[in-house]
Amino acid sequence: MGPVTLFHYLTVAAILFTLGAVGIFLNRKNVITILMCIELMLLAVNINLVAFSTHNGDLAGQIFAMLILTVAAAEAAIGLAILVVYFRNRGSIAVEDINMMKG
Amino acid sequence: MITAIVFLPLLGAIGAGIFSLMKNDRGGFIVSIGGIMLSMVLSWVAFITMAVPGINETVFLAKWISSGGFEVDWALRYDALTAVMMIVVTTVSAMVHLYSVGYMSHDNAKPRFMAYLSLFTFAMLMLVTADNLVQMFFGWEGVGVASYLLIGFWYHRPSAHEAAMKAFVVNRVGDFGYALGIFAIFAMTGSVQLDEIFAMAPDLAGRSIEFLSFEVPALELAGMLLFIGAMGKSAQLGLHTWLPDAMEGPTPVSALIHAATMVTAGVFMVCRLSPMLEFAPFTLDFITIVGALTAIFAATIGFTQFDIKRVIAYSTCSQLGYMFFAAGVSAYPAAMFHLTTHAFFKALLFLGAGSVIHALSDEQDMRRMGGVWKKIPFTYSMMWIGSLALAGFPFFAGYFSKDMILEAAWAQHRFTGEFAYILGIMAAFLTAFYSWRLLFMTFHGKPRASDEVMSHVHESPLVMTIPLFVLAIGAVFSGFLLYDLFVGHHWNDFWGNSILILPEHTAMADAHHVPKIIKLMPLIVGVAGVTLAWLFYIAVPGMPALVARVFKPLHLLFFNKWFVDELYDALLVRPSVRLGRLFWSRGDIGIIDAFGPNGMSALVSRFSVLCSRMQTGYVFHYAFAMLIGVVALVAWYARTIGG
Repeated sequence: MGPVTLFHYLTVAAILFTLGAVGIFLNRKNVITILMCIELMLLAVNINLVAFSTHNGDLAGQIFAMLILTVAAAEAAIGLAILVVYFRNRGSIAVEDINMMKG
Repeated sequence: MITAIVFLPLLGAIGAGIFSLMKNDRGGFIVSIGGIMLSMVLSWVAFITMAVPGINETVFLAKWISSGGFEVDWALRYDALTAVMMIVVTTVSAMVHLYSVGYMSHDNAKPRFMAYLSLFTFAMLMLVTADNLVQMFFGWEGVGVASYLLIGFWYHRPSAHEAAMKAFVVNRVGDFGYALGIFAIFAMTGSVQLDEIFAMAPDLAGRSIEFLSFEVPALELAGMLLFIGAMGKSAQLGLHTWLPDAMEGPTPVSALIHAATMVTAGVFMVCRLSPMLEFAPFTLDFITIVGALTAIFAATIGFTQFDIKRVIAYSTCSQLGYMFFAAGVSAYPAAMFHLTTHAFFKALLFLGAGSVIHALSDEQDMRRMGGVWKKIPFTYSMMWIGSLALAGFPFFAGYFSKDMILEAAWAQHRFTGEFAYILGIMAAFLTAFYSWRLLFMTFHGKPRASDEVMSHVHESPLVMTIPLFVLAIGAVFSGFLLYDLFVGHHWNDFWGNSILILPEHTAMADAHHVPKIIKLMPLIVGVAGVTLAWLFYIAVPGMPALVARVFKPLHLLFFNKWFVDELYDALLVRPSVRLGRLFWSRGDIGIIDAFGPNGMSALVSRFSVLCSRMQTGYVFHYAFAMLIGVVALVAWYARTIGG
């Protein structure tokens, strides 16, 4: 086993990102899963940023990662709050039931 | 003066139309009656000062059409023929206008009615003063429109507007012939102006023209086509079905349009075209035969009908037949003479019938009349005068004119003339019979109307009886007074060049020298007809029913008007309705609508349904689309800019 290089980090990040993206549109059950998938994608991006930051010796990437974490936390909070309100109104948060925009 | 005569009724029509919008009855009456009265006075003045001394005049009004070699002017032609028609039209029209004031007093569209009447008079005067065939066609169609409007005057009655449409459609058939006739004449002579046509007629006599890929004699073709037009307007055999139905209109309309003036337009046209028709002997024979057949045909129907107005309508049809066969044997003056006297006594009969109908609370069925002669003695005596004149009793108008026609027919000394004479005598017998049948059924016997109606029977107001009286004067004296002028030995002095009769057509001249028995025949059959009517309806009241039973098939045939209406219905009306339905359901709905408006809108709505189905409302579908979009965008970016 050789040393862990940038390539390995990027591969993991790409796999995570793809998992998140596919998870969004293959998921038919629960809106919370969608939120989690979005978090997953954000984390994949974070890994990329940190990996490139270390590789290039530039701290800017790591600062960006911190900012993204903050935004992701806020987003998760707002998303969950919307979900709670939605559940109160409609009595369900199953993805299949959320189709009011159907033409 | 001629211009004023023609256009005063038009002014009256417009004025009455304006008053109709203002709902001012009195104004409408004053304007329209004033216009027509003035017109009547002027036309009598013109008759005495111009027509009798033999002064002809053509008033040029304006250019109408000028297209290449086709020149049509608006011009008023005044000669003896026009003069006679003018006094007939304006006098009867003025009387009918006046009468309408009383007759229509319970109607709530009086000015509209007066406006139509005046419009009709204007169109009729345009027709008789026409200087060319196209202007005559204008008047011809104008009276058609006015007739349509007046038959359908009570448009809320389905039968009235059906009758109006029937009159219009049947007249279209005739007008089609007329229009083709004008085309044929224009094709041959290059002109539609009457004098120019007449000048060329003798040269055209031997020529032939191609029609429907057949070679036919040119003048015969034009004459026949124009006569088809006359048959439509004058309700001759085959195209007569509209006239009895036209009785749906108010009675003054029947008197003016469907007895005295419009229906005689065909006779007038044939006389007007005499300088051309004289060179078309076959057409003249055809006119004679159609006229004679119509005379007897309509008379046979007339004596079985029960509607008082229909009886008189069939009588009109029959009398028009007389006029036509007179024209057919080249006795045009006799035709015009009968036209004039007939206008007076037939308008009198119609207005008298209107007076009866008015008195009996709008009852028209003679089976529900009877026994009213003591209550309406004036109307009764007027009907007697009208019937005496119609049946041709000595010294009444019809005596002179009808006998003249029959004598002229006999004096033609050919098969057609004698055929017409025999049928004419038979028709004269029937005429006398049905006239007195009408009188006896309407006025004599026991009252058959309900007590309530009988208690309302009253003589008509003065405004209705004065026109009756004036027309009665015409019915009594017009024959006697005009005999010498119109058909006496010097008839040529009066008619001048408005009528042309070839020297070899001698019916007119020989008519004064026929055997005594021929002269007396009409009177004999007339008396016989009256006696028979008296026997049937006064002496032995059970007889009509008995005779009807014995001759059941014949009676059925006559009573149902020879089934002509049924025949047309089966042959023409129903197939065309079916054809129309086919075009409607297959052509209109099936093709035009399916591919046009409906097809377009269906396509748009189908496409938009398809589009809206893409909006599933599921978040993951939108996310997927977004992802695809991002991938595509990045790929494109990478290829073009990055790569």
